[in-house]
Amino acid sequence: MSKFKKNKGKELPAINTSALPDIVFMLLFFFMVATKMRDPTVLVKTSLPVVSEVEKIEKKSWVNHILVGPPINTAKSGTAPRIQFDDKFGMVEGANGVQAYITLKKNEHPEGVRDYLTTAIKADRSVKMGLIQDIKQELRKINSLKLLYSASEGEVIE
Amino acid sequence: MARKSRKIPEINAGSMADIAFLLLVFFLVTTTMDQQKGLRVQLPPFPDPNVPPPVVEQNDRNVLEVLVNSGDQLLVERKPLRINQLTELTKRHIQNEGRLPNFADSSQAAIVSLKNDRGTSVQRYVEVYNELIRAYVEARDEYALNKFGRSFKDLPKKSDQALEVQKKYPMKISEAEPVEYSSSN
Repeated sequence: MSKFKKNKGKELPAINTSALPDIVFMLLFFFMVATKMRDPTVLVKTSLPVVSEVEKIEKKSWVNHILVGPPINTAKSGTAPRIQFDDKFGMVEGANGVQAYITLKKNEHPEGVRDYLTTAIKADRSVKMGLIQDIKQELRKINSLKLLYSASEGEVIE
Repeated sequence: MARKSRKIPEINAGSMADIAFLLLVFFLVTTTMDQQKGLRVQLPPFPDPNVPPPVVEQNDRNVLEVLVNSGDQLLVERKPLRINQLTELTKRHIQNEGRLPNFADSSQAAIVSLKNDRGTSVQRYVEVYNELIRAYVEARDEYALNKFGRSFKDLPKKSDQALEVQKKYPMKISEAEPVEYSSSN
Protein backbone atom coordinates (compact mmCIF):
# COMPACT_ATOMS: atom_id res chain seq x y z
CA MET A 1 0.00 0.00 0.00
CA SER A 2 2.70 2.43 1.01
CA LYS A 3 4.77 1.46 -1.99
CA PHE A 4 1.89 2.15 -4.34
CA LYS A 5 1.38 5.65 -2.91
CA LYS A 6 5.03 6.47 -3.26
CA ASN A 7 5.08 5.58 -6.91
CA LYS A 8 2.20 7.82 -7.83
CA GLY A 9 3.83 11.09 -6.83
CA LYS A 10 2.18 14.31 -5.75
CA GLU A 11 1.58 16.50 -8.89
CA LEU A 12 -1.63 16.38 -10.91
CA PRO A 13 -1.43 14.63 -14.25
CA ALA A 14 -1.62 16.92 -17.33
CA ILE A 15 -4.99 16.98 -19.08
CA ASN A 16 -4.90 14.87 -22.17
CA THR A 17 -5.59 17.15 -25.13
CA SER A 18 -4.84 14.67 -27.85
CA ALA A 19 -8.54 14.44 -28.72
CA LEU A 20 -8.84 18.20 -29.21
CA PRO A 21 -7.75 18.17 -32.86
CA ASP A 22 -10.40 15.54 -33.55
CA ILE A 23 -13.13 17.71 -32.12
CA VAL A 24 -11.92 20.74 -34.00
CA PHE A 25 -11.65 18.77 -37.21
CA MET A 26 -15.19 17.58 -36.77
CA LEU A 27 -16.40 21.17 -36.53
CA LEU A 28 -14.15 22.11 -39.42
CA PHE A 29 -15.68 19.48 -41.68
CA PHE A 30 -19.15 20.63 -40.78
CA PHE A 31 -18.42 24.18 -41.81
CA MET A 32 -16.53 23.06 -44.89
CA VAL A 33 -19.59 21.14 -46.00
CA ALA A 34 -21.98 23.94 -45.11
CA THR A 35 -19.97 26.59 -46.92
CA LYS A 36 -21.06 27.34 -50.44
CA MET A 37 -17.94 28.30 -52.32
CA ARG A 38 -19.54 28.56 -55.72
CA ASP A 39 -20.91 32.03 -55.08
CA PRO A 40 -21.14 33.58 -58.50
CA THR A 41 -19.75 37.03 -59.02
CA VAL A 42 -22.69 39.35 -58.96
CA LEU A 43 -22.85 41.52 -62.03
CA VAL A 44 -26.14 43.23 -61.37
CA LYS A 45 -27.44 45.17 -58.43
CA THR A 46 -30.34 43.45 -56.71
CA SER A 47 -31.79 45.19 -53.72
CA LEU A 48 -34.80 43.07 -53.03
CA PRO A 49 -38.29 44.29 -52.20
CA VAL A 50 -39.29 43.92 -48.57
CA VAL A 51 -42.52 42.07 -47.83
CA SER A 52 -44.10 40.38 -44.84
CA GLU A 53 -45.53 37.09 -46.11
CA VAL A 54 -42.33 35.39 -47.22
CA GLU A 55 -41.90 31.66 -47.47
CA LYS A 56 -38.63 29.85 -46.99
CA ILE A 57 -37.40 27.27 -49.40
CA GLU A 58 -35.87 24.31 -47.67
CA LYS A 59 -34.27 22.56 -50.58
CA LYS A 60 -31.68 25.07 -51.71
CA SER A 61 -30.26 22.77 -54.35
CA TRP A 62 -33.60 22.76 -56.11
CA VAL A 63 -33.57 26.48 -56.72
CA ASN A 64 -32.21 28.07 -59.86
CA HIS A 65 -31.49 31.75 -59.76
CA ILE A 66 -32.15 34.39 -62.31
CA LEU A 67 -30.84 37.78 -61.33
CA VAL A 68 -32.32 40.87 -62.89
CA GLY A 69 -31.15 44.37 -62.22
CA PRO A 70 -29.10 47.30 -63.38
CA PRO A 71 -25.44 46.36 -63.97
CA ILE A 72 -22.98 47.28 -61.25
CA ASN A 73 -20.32 48.21 -63.77
CA THR A 74 -22.29 50.94 -65.52
CA ALA A 75 -19.34 52.13 -67.57
CA LYS A 76 -19.02 48.77 -69.28
CA SER A 77 -22.56 47.46 -69.39
CA GLY A 78 -24.78 50.53 -69.32
CA THR A 79 -27.63 51.25 -66.95
CA ALA A 80 -30.48 49.29 -68.51
CA PRO A 81 -31.51 46.23 -66.44
CA ARG A 82 -29.78 43.03 -67.47
CA ILE A 83 -30.34 39.36 -66.73
CA GLN A 84 -27.64 37.32 -65.05
CA PHE A 85 -27.33 33.52 -64.99
CA ASP A 86 -24.63 31.95 -62.79
CA ASP A 87 -21.83 34.41 -63.44
CA LYS A 88 -22.49 35.85 -66.85
CA PHE A 89 -25.05 38.06 -68.51
CA GLY A 90 -27.89 36.40 -70.35
CA MET A 91 -30.77 37.27 -72.61
CA VAL A 92 -34.48 36.55 -72.52
CA GLU A 93 -34.45 34.44 -75.67
CA GLY A 94 -31.98 32.56 -77.82
CA ALA A 95 -28.96 30.36 -77.13
CA ASN A 96 -28.05 32.44 -74.11
CA GLY A 97 -31.63 32.73 -72.98
CA VAL A 98 -33.85 31.73 -70.09
CA GLN A 99 -35.04 28.52 -71.73
CA ALA A 100 -31.52 27.31 -72.48
CA TYR A 101 -30.31 28.06 -68.95
CA ILE A 102 -33.21 26.43 -67.14
CA THR A 103 -33.11 23.38 -69.41
CA LEU A 104 -29.39 23.05 -68.68
CA LYS A 105 -30.05 23.26 -64.96
CA LYS A 106 -32.89 20.77 -65.18
CA ASN A 107 -30.62 18.22 -66.83
CA GLU A 108 -28.28 18.35 -63.84
CA HIS A 109 -31.00 16.81 -61.71
CA PRO A 110 -32.46 13.31 -61.83
CA GLU A 111 -35.68 13.03 -63.72
CA GLY A 112 -37.84 12.47 -60.66
CA VAL A 113 -37.17 15.82 -59.06
CA ARG A 114 -37.21 18.00 -62.17
CA ASP A 115 -40.79 19.03 -61.55
CA TYR A 116 -39.89 20.32 -58.10
CA LEU A 117 -37.25 22.73 -59.30
CA THR A 118 -38.06 26.32 -58.49
CA THR A 119 -36.87 29.33 -60.36
CA ALA A 120 -36.07 32.24 -58.10
CA ILE A 121 -36.27 35.61 -59.78
CA LYS A 122 -34.03 37.92 -57.84
CA ALA A 123 -35.08 41.21 -59.25
CA ASP A 124 -34.07 44.67 -58.18
CA ARG A 125 -37.04 46.64 -56.97
CA SER A 126 -36.61 49.26 -59.66
CA VAL A 127 -36.88 46.75 -62.52
CA LYS A 128 -40.01 47.06 -64.64
CA MET A 129 -42.41 44.13 -64.80
CA GLY A 130 -42.18 44.00 -68.60
CA LEU A 131 -38.83 42.24 -68.43
CA ILE A 132 -40.02 39.93 -65.66
CA GLN A 133 -43.09 39.12 -67.70
CA ASP A 134 -40.92 38.11 -70.66
CA ILE A 135 -38.94 35.80 -68.38
CA LYS A 136 -42.17 34.38 -66.98
CA GLN A 137 -43.45 33.65 -70.48
CA GLU A 138 -40.22 31.84 -71.34
CA LEU A 139 -40.52 29.76 -68.17
CA ARG A 140 -44.09 28.85 -69.01
CA LYS A 141 -43.04 27.73 -72.49
CA ILE A 142 -40.69 25.08 -71.04
CA ASN A 143 -43.22 24.19 -68.35
CA SER A 144 -41.19 25.21 -65.31
CA LEU A 145 -44.02 26.74 -63.42
CA LYS A 146 -42.67 26.99 -59.90
CA LEU A 147 -41.54 30.50 -59.31
CA LEU A 148 -40.25 32.49 -56.40
CA TYR A 149 -40.12 36.24 -56.33
CA SER A 150 -37.14 36.70 -54.06
CA ALA A 151 -37.79 39.18 -51.30
CA SER A 152 -36.49 39.93 -47.88
CA GLU A 153 -38.65 39.63 -44.84
CA GLY A 154 -39.76 42.73 -43.01
CA GLU A 155 -42.61 45.02 -42.30
CA VAL A 156 -43.93 46.92 -45.26
CA ILE A 157 -43.54 50.62 -44.80
CA GLU A 158 -45.99 52.77 -46.61
CA MET B 1 25.64 3.95 -40.75
CA ALA B 2 25.02 5.50 -37.43
CA ARG B 3 22.10 7.52 -38.79
CA LYS B 4 20.16 4.48 -39.79
CA SER B 5 20.11 3.08 -36.34
CA ARG B 6 18.68 6.30 -34.94
CA LYS B 7 15.02 6.25 -34.01
CA ILE B 8 12.68 8.55 -35.90
CA PRO B 9 11.48 11.20 -33.44
CA GLU B 10 7.76 11.43 -32.87
CA ILE B 11 6.03 14.21 -34.78
CA ASN B 12 4.79 16.84 -32.41
CA ALA B 13 1.06 17.05 -32.99
CA GLY B 14 0.47 19.78 -30.44
CA SER B 15 0.13 22.50 -33.04
CA MET B 16 -2.32 20.48 -35.13
CA ALA B 17 -5.16 21.90 -33.08
CA ASP B 18 -3.96 25.42 -33.86
CA ILE B 19 -3.93 24.74 -37.57
CA ALA B 20 -7.36 23.17 -37.40
CA PHE B 21 -8.67 26.14 -35.43
CA LEU B 22 -7.33 28.49 -38.06
CA LEU B 23 -9.16 26.64 -40.81
CA LEU B 24 -12.25 26.42 -38.64
CA VAL B 25 -12.33 30.16 -38.11
CA PHE B 26 -11.91 30.74 -41.84
CA PHE B 27 -14.87 28.55 -42.71
CA LEU B 28 -16.92 29.98 -39.87
CA VAL B 29 -16.45 33.44 -41.31
CA THR B 30 -17.07 32.52 -44.93
CA THR B 31 -20.16 30.39 -44.33
CA THR B 32 -23.32 32.14 -45.35
CA MET B 33 -26.40 30.65 -43.85
CA ASP B 34 -28.72 32.74 -45.95
CA GLN B 35 -32.07 31.28 -46.65
CA GLN B 36 -34.03 31.42 -49.82
CA LYS B 37 -36.98 33.62 -49.07
CA GLY B 38 -39.64 35.10 -51.22
CA LEU B 39 -43.16 34.85 -52.51
CA ARG B 40 -43.86 31.43 -53.92
CA VAL B 41 -45.96 31.47 -57.03
CA GLN B 42 -47.28 28.83 -59.39
CA LEU B 43 -47.44 29.95 -63.00
CA PRO B 44 -50.25 28.78 -65.26
CA PRO B 45 -49.14 26.42 -68.04
CA PHE B 46 -48.45 28.00 -71.41
CA PRO B 47 -51.51 27.94 -73.62
CA ASP B 48 -51.28 25.64 -76.60
CA PRO B 49 -51.52 27.82 -79.72
CA ASN B 50 -53.44 25.08 -81.59
CA VAL B 51 -56.13 24.81 -78.97
CA PRO B 52 -58.40 27.79 -78.51
CA PRO B 53 -58.57 28.93 -74.90
CA PRO B 54 -61.52 27.42 -73.10
CA VAL B 55 -64.38 29.75 -72.55
CA VAL B 56 -64.89 29.84 -68.82
CA GLU B 57 -68.06 31.31 -67.53
CA GLN B 58 -66.84 33.38 -64.68
CA ASN B 59 -69.35 35.30 -62.75
CA ASP B 60 -68.12 38.86 -62.59
CA ARG B 61 -68.75 39.18 -58.87
CA ASN B 62 -66.40 36.31 -58.11
CA VAL B 63 -63.44 38.01 -59.70
CA LEU B 64 -61.68 40.76 -57.85
CA GLU B 65 -59.82 42.65 -60.48
CA VAL B 66 -56.59 44.21 -59.30
CA LEU B 67 -54.63 46.31 -61.74
CA VAL B 68 -51.31 48.02 -61.17
CA ASN B 69 -50.50 50.59 -63.78
CA SER B 70 -47.18 51.91 -65.00
CA GLY B 71 -47.26 54.67 -62.42
CA ASP B 72 -47.43 52.01 -59.69
CA GLN B 73 -50.98 53.08 -58.91
CA LEU B 74 -53.53 50.55 -57.82
CA LEU B 75 -56.92 50.06 -59.40
CA VAL B 76 -59.27 47.57 -57.77
CA GLU B 77 -62.51 46.92 -59.62
CA ARG B 78 -61.66 49.99 -61.75
CA LYS B 79 -61.50 52.22 -58.69
CA PRO B 80 -58.27 53.64 -57.26
CA LEU B 81 -57.25 52.25 -53.92
CA ARG B 82 -54.41 52.72 -51.47
CA ILE B 83 -52.25 49.67 -51.01
CA ASN B 84 -52.81 49.52 -47.26
CA GLN B 85 -56.54 49.02 -47.88
CA LEU B 86 -55.99 46.13 -50.28
CA THR B 87 -55.72 43.36 -47.72
CA GLU B 88 -58.93 44.44 -46.05
CA LEU B 89 -60.80 44.61 -49.35
CA THR B 90 -59.47 41.26 -50.53
CA LYS B 91 -60.51 39.67 -47.27
CA ARG B 92 -63.98 41.13 -47.62
CA HIS B 93 -64.09 39.66 -51.10
CA ILE B 94 -63.11 36.13 -50.15
CA GLN B 95 -65.08 36.07 -46.90
CA ASN B 96 -68.20 37.56 -48.42
CA GLU B 97 -70.10 34.28 -48.90
CA GLY B 98 -72.72 35.94 -51.05
CA ARG B 99 -73.72 38.70 -48.66
CA LEU B 100 -72.75 41.79 -50.63
CA PRO B 101 -73.69 41.77 -54.30
CA ASN B 102 -70.37 42.97 -55.70
CA PHE B 103 -68.16 40.48 -53.86
CA ALA B 104 -67.76 36.75 -54.22
CA ASP B 105 -70.50 34.12 -53.88
CA SER B 106 -68.36 31.83 -51.80
CA SER B 107 -64.78 31.55 -50.71
CA GLN B 108 -64.19 28.63 -53.07
CA ALA B 109 -65.41 30.55 -56.07
CA ALA B 110 -63.50 33.72 -55.27
CA ILE B 111 -60.71 34.62 -57.63
CA VAL B 112 -58.27 37.47 -57.48
CA SER B 113 -57.04 38.55 -60.86
CA LEU B 114 -53.80 40.47 -60.78
CA LYS B 115 -52.92 42.45 -63.85
CA ASN B 116 -49.97 44.68 -64.32
CA ASP B 117 -48.51 46.98 -66.89
CA ARG B 118 -45.09 46.43 -68.41
CA GLY B 119 -44.03 49.60 -66.66
CA THR B 120 -44.98 48.49 -63.16
CA SER B 121 -41.98 48.25 -60.88
CA VAL B 122 -41.08 44.93 -59.28
CA GLN B 123 -41.25 46.57 -55.88
CA ARG B 124 -44.90 47.54 -56.26
CA TYR B 125 -45.89 44.28 -57.93
CA VAL B 126 -44.36 42.19 -55.16
CA GLU B 127 -45.94 44.45 -52.55
CA VAL B 128 -49.38 44.03 -54.08
CA TYR B 129 -48.86 40.29 -54.36
CA ASN B 130 -47.84 40.29 -50.72
CA GLU B 131 -51.03 42.05 -49.68
CA LEU B 132 -53.13 39.51 -51.58
CA ILE B 133 -51.31 36.60 -49.98
CA ARG B 134 -51.66 38.27 -46.60
CA ALA B 135 -55.43 38.48 -47.08
CA TYR B 136 -55.58 34.74 -47.69
CA VAL B 137 -53.28 33.98 -44.78
CA GLU B 138 -55.43 36.05 -42.45
CA ALA B 139 -58.67 34.56 -43.73
CA ARG B 140 -57.29 31.06 -43.27
CA ASP B 141 -56.04 31.91 -39.80
CA GLU B 142 -59.41 33.24 -38.73
CA TYR B 143 -61.20 30.19 -40.06
CA ALA B 144 -58.72 27.82 -38.41
CA LEU B 145 -58.93 29.67 -35.09
CA ASN B 146 -62.72 29.55 -35.11
CA LYS B 147 -62.96 25.95 -36.05
CA PHE B 148 -59.92 24.27 -34.51
CA GLY B 149 -58.73 26.83 -31.98
CA ARG B 150 -55.35 27.13 -33.67
CA SER B 151 -54.05 29.37 -36.39
CA PHE B 152 -53.41 27.86 -39.79
CA LYS B 153 -49.64 27.77 -39.56
CA ASP B 154 -49.83 25.91 -36.24
CA LEU B 155 -51.86 23.11 -37.79
CA PRO B 156 -49.66 20.22 -38.82
CA LYS B 157 -48.88 20.30 -42.52
CA LYS B 158 -50.95 18.03 -44.76
CA SER B 159 -53.22 17.16 -41.84
CA ASP B 160 -56.94 16.84 -42.44
CA GLN B 161 -57.57 20.09 -40.64
CA ALA B 162 -55.00 22.00 -42.66
CA LEU B 163 -56.36 20.55 -45.87
CA GLU B 164 -59.87 21.55 -44.88
CA VAL B 165 -58.77 25.13 -44.33
CA GLN B 166 -56.97 25.12 -47.64
CA LYS B 167 -60.04 23.74 -49.33
CA LYS B 168 -62.19 26.39 -47.75
CA TYR B 169 -59.88 29.20 -48.85
CA PRO B 170 -58.06 28.06 -51.97
CA MET B 171 -55.52 30.68 -52.95
CA LYS B 172 -56.68 31.57 -56.41
CA ILE B 173 -54.55 34.47 -57.48
CA SER B 174 -54.41 34.55 -61.24
CA GLU B 175 -51.63 36.35 -62.98
CA ALA B 176 -53.36 37.35 -66.16
CA GLU B 177 -51.89 36.85 -69.61
CA PRO B 178 -49.70 39.83 -70.40
CA VAL B 179 -51.64 42.58 -72.10
CA GLU B 180 -50.19 45.71 -73.59
CA TYR B 181 -51.60 48.83 -72.07
CA SER B 182 -50.69 52.29 -73.13
CA SER B 183 -47.81 53.54 -71.08
CA SER B 184 -49.67 56.66 -70.03
CA ASN B 185 -52.34 55.18 -67.78
